[in-house]
Amino acid sequence: MNETLIDARQLSRHYDVSNGFFGGSSTVKALSEASFTLQAGKTLAVVGESGCGKSTLARVVTMIESPTSGELILEGHRIHGDEAMSDEQKANLRASVQIVFQDPFGSLNPRQTIGRILEEPVLINRPDVSKSDRQQQARDMLSMVGLRPEHYDRYPHMFSGGQRQRIAVARALMLNPRILVLDEPVSALDLSIQSQILNLLVELQERLNLAYLFISHDLSVVKHMADDVMVMYLGRVVESGSSEEVFGAPRHPYTQALLSATPVADPTRTQTRIRLQGELPSPLNPPKGCAFNPRCWKAEARCRTEAPSISGEDTHPVACFFPL
Amino acid sequence: MPLLDVRNLSVEFKTADGLFKAVDGIDVQVDVGDVLAIVGESGSGKSVSMLALMGLLPWTAVVTADYMTFDGIDLATCTARQRRAIVGKDVSMIFQEPMSSLNPCFTIGFQIREALKAHLPLSRSQRQLRAVELLEQVGLPEPERRLRAYPHQLSGGMCQRVMIAMAIACKPKLLIADEPTTALDVTIQAQILELLLDLQKDTGMALVLITHDMGVVAETAQRVSVQYAGQKVEEQDVEALFANAHHPYTDALLAALPERASSKLLPSIPGVVPGQFDRPAGCLFSPRCAHADDVCRSTSPKSASQELGLARCHYPLQQGVPLRGDV
Repeated sequence: MNETLIDARQLSRHYDVSNGFFGGSSTVKALSEASFTLQAGKTLAVVGESGCGKSTLARVVTMIESPTSGELILEGHRIHGDEAMSDEQKANLRASVQIVFQDPFGSLNPRQTIGRILEEPVLINRPDVSKSDRQQQARDMLSMVGLRPEHYDRYPHMFSGGQRQRIAVARALMLNPRILVLDEPVSALDLSIQSQILNLLVELQERLNLAYLFISHDLSVVKHMADDVMVMYLGRVVESGSSEEVFGAPRHPYTQALLSATPVADPTRTQTRIRLQGELPSPLNPPKGCAFNPRCWKAEARCRTEAPSISGEDTHPVACFFPL
Repeated sequence: MPLLDVRNLSVEFKTADGLFKAVDGIDVQVDVGDVLAIVGESGSGKSVSMLALMGLLPWTAVVTADYMTFDGIDLATCTARQRRAIVGKDVSMIFQEPMSSLNPCFTIGFQIREALKAHLPLSRSQRQLRAVELLEQVGLPEPERRLRAYPHQLSGGMCQRVMIAMAIACKPKLLIADEPTTALDVTIQAQILELLLDLQKDTGMALVLITHDMGVVAETAQRVSVQYAGQKVEEQDVEALFANAHHPYTDALLAALPERASSKLLPSIPGVVPGQFDRPAGCLFSPRCAHADDVCRSTSPKSASQELGLARCHYPLQQGVPLRGDV
């Protein structure tokens, strides 16, 4: 049985936004009541369109931000709430949750050599490691992610996008984390490079028994990588379940629409596309009732007044009054 | 005669380190009512070749072509005035970033009417009517109110609809869409692609779709041209291309799609697209090709026959197996 590394219960993150001098303030519910678990060696994919709270979730899980309510339990340690841990303990725990960002051009400091970039996390978090050990670790890591030792002294601009993403992965792995948050790790890469990075991630997961929180909007990549999938819409989880269940038999109308809107590289496939009207509503002013009701073709009076909570079968819950 | 006929188009950029060939001998033919997709990775010259047609490249670019005509007009030799009369009227273009290709200082109504004013002999009130009609055509609700809005007041999907409205304002014969949906979400992408295809069917214009997304290609195009490092490596009808790719690059690219994968590890293409200083001798794809031999590494291949998808390869593939010797 694999150890549960992340246990999130009803995680919420709300932001107060000022509406100007006379406007008072309003609340953006970037993330509402997200609950999920992630085991070692598994991949949980978070899917949704822009503004659905995917990245907020990443920031909360990596402890960059603290949730406004709810509980986050990492490796059995409760991070927030009553029995909260000391800042020192938190700092230690932080090392075990690392993140890889979307844009490998923006996330590496152009003025540092690759060696320096890789050593920095160790320098900060494990100051007692000797210089030679640190350098050795960085060189070992370079070969682990498929780069050559001579890349140690080079600068980020000398690398292509795919190689930079390898460096970003290497940096995230320097502190031997157990959880890796991958925030759109391949969406800035070309197709031929994308498969190299996905393969690298699969290999590393098998080797190091890493848990991945894989954030992506590309459903074909998610289908390939994920064990479990969580679909989000406007800050809420609308459906979650194993990859086979969600892709094979989607229950929420939004999931179904998302799947049908994703282009499939097969020209002989006959299209049965669900046409979604309109766009994602503003999170500042979400619709009453179910957030998806203005775009949903199955919406009835109840959907417009009452918000459905996520419920249903244990393995494949859905937040909809009329699940498919 | 094709609507757009370009033979052996090359574009070179003068850089501090000498000439860089971004587009290398590309042929494009588009007939009335065609939907052609140009596919390639970044740096394959797909945008630059279309910008060259439109005359939108900076002065550092040197454009050469044996032949470059649109609707009987020679684009290579025509004057700037003649070109301006065509561009935006008979040929128009949609760009990738809808938010940044609209001018933030003017209302979208002004920007749409400007396109009409430049090309059509309409009065002020007729232009306003036409602008309303256009926004209705691209599916924006409340067109009169939207015309008074500024780009920042609209979402990305709405801005792209406005861009499309501007592009089709003068009923073009050819619409070039350069990655029209890359910056948009999937559900919005589906709406925009559907809109483009509907417009194409209704008006009978030709559509050139530049993209890197094989899924978009499969669902929209009739014909596909695959580019690699500035060269066209293959051109086929869409079904044929996905069923039987003749160039090893196309074949490898299709195999690398996660949805076609049969195992957890994807078949990947080693290495990277060659840049300015590491262009290989011989076939440009040879360092990354699984089937390359010494011939590939020394001499640059010619395009194969029409049946073999014009594959620019010494040993075009037939059902994934290279044909050796007899080609």
